[in-house]
Amino acid sequence: MYRVRLFAVRHARRFEWLYGRFEAFMAACDPLFSRLGYARVERPVAFVERLTKGFLFDCRMCGQCALSSTGMSCPMNCPKQLRNGPCGGVRAGGYCEVIPEMRCVWTLAWEGAARMRNGGGIHEVAPPVDRSLEGTSSWLRASREKAAARREAREAGRTALARAYPGARASEPATAPLADEPAR
Amino acid sequence: MKGAAQDAPNRAGSLADLVRPYPEPPAGHVSDSRLEAVLRSGRFAVTAELNPPDSADPADVFEAARPLAEVADAINATDASGANCHMSSIGICALLTRAGHGTVYQISCRDRNRIAIQGDVLGAAAMGVRNVLCLTGDGVGAGDQPGARPVFDFDSVSLVRAIRTMRDDGVFLSGRRITRPPRLFIGAAENPCAEPRDWRPERLAKKVEAGADFIQTNYIFDLPVFEAFMARVRDLGLDRRVFILAGVGPLASARAARWMRSNVPGVHIPDAVIDRLERAANPAEEGKRLCIELIGRMREIHGVAGVHVMAYRREHLVSEIVHASGALDGRRPWLRHPDA
Repeated sequence: MYRVRLFAVRHARRFEWLYGRFEAFMAACDPLFSRLGYARVERPVAFVERLTKGFLFDCRMCGQCALSSTGMSCPMNCPKQLRNGPCGGVRAGGYCEVIPEMRCVWTLAWEGAARMRNGGGIHEVAPPVDRSLEGTSSWLRASREKAAARREAREAGRTALARAYPGARASEPATAPLADEPAR
Repeated sequence: MKGAAQDAPNRAGSLADLVRPYPEPPAGHVSDSRLEAVLRSGRFAVTAELNPPDSADPADVFEAARPLAEVADAINATDASGANCHMSSIGICALLTRAGHGTVYQISCRDRNRIAIQGDVLGAAAMGVRNVLCLTGDGVGAGDQPGARPVFDFDSVSLVRAIRTMRDDGVFLSGRRITRPPRLFIGAAENPCAEPRDWRPERLAKKVEAGADFIQTNYIFDLPVFEAFMARVRDLGLDRRVFILAGVGPLASARAARWMRSNVPGVHIPDAVIDRLERAANPAEEGKRLCIELIGRMREIHGVAGVHVMAYRREHLVSEIVHASGALDGRRPWLRHPDA
């Protein structure tokens, strides 16, 4: 709903906090999701995500949510679906070129980002949307990515250790392991 | 223009005449574009927009280019601007490069997806295009075929990054290798007078970060707004990282100005400018004078590297305007020798 969407941008700072907490929670659930199987939880989670974000942000389920970098203004509501807006056609007063009675999604995004504590993500160049991910849960994707980043950090530590003790790595590989560990 | 083969493109030449080594850029340059050379040497550059024909006749393209070529370092070929269908920008560029003109190949994200655009970028570069301008594009509703499906797979910023990746990393976005990467001088647009004005310089920073080498702005009729924009651009240090060409053009009359303001997306014309045209005995002459004045003022703004002249349906005035403004400073852009 348009008015709820505007509300979310006006309260971008509070939503940012809420979203940060929620993301941490989802990332913490990664072992559980892994055990149940991400494929199995995909449909119920996507269903809840669609309802919640649909109500709050007019979410279109692009599957690659960037709300925290766009001042809680969903870029998929831009008629040109820009991921790095606004375009040059914004009307006086910050209204949309294509839908003149709607506030420009990206004008709102920059306003919302300015209200956030960590709204700097809006300065990053965003890639084009991967359309093959449409309809899938962005929450689960974020959880997987967060968990993968954590694993990677652990991996970097293992690699550094193996490099620092190359002799041990060669003679007793188990003391400086590099192979994938099975999930525990 | 070196060989005779280029001068007579229709002559059945040997394949060897057509196949020339793909030029590598001079040291410190990203392309062998003349526009890039002019800008890097610190001279004030001039580009001009060509009115694309609704015709399949190459003669119409050369005719449209004629009044621009003698004063422009590069000619912009628009990509269905205003979402109106005309000859394609890649077709126009292919013709103009044959005649030796410098071109700016405009790419709008509205009509083609990433597969088509990346392919066209290679095709354009192979046909001699050295400059590209990455644009989001006006909505389809603004044009003559509002029922068309809008694409917007890329936006202007992600497109700039995609082309830079092709050029500098030699890969498509898929990671597949490009055996000979396109050597292109990459441009983007900015609209300093459009809302949200506070964020326009920040977005320009994003385009520079994405890989833009030069910027051509939309029409600027509101000098104070543009000066405030440039002040912020300088604060951010962007004028040292990107060449900014300010968009200018002659207005035909107060009526035409009002029409543009309400019908062409992103055009901002202050009431004072319209009043001035209204009061003038000869509005067309006044519009021309205003444009010349603006170019003069642009030259004095620190960080402005050139002007981009958009004289829609008034292309015949471009040469006179540029000469009168002194923008070329006595310099003569490359011109095809009449008897070459």
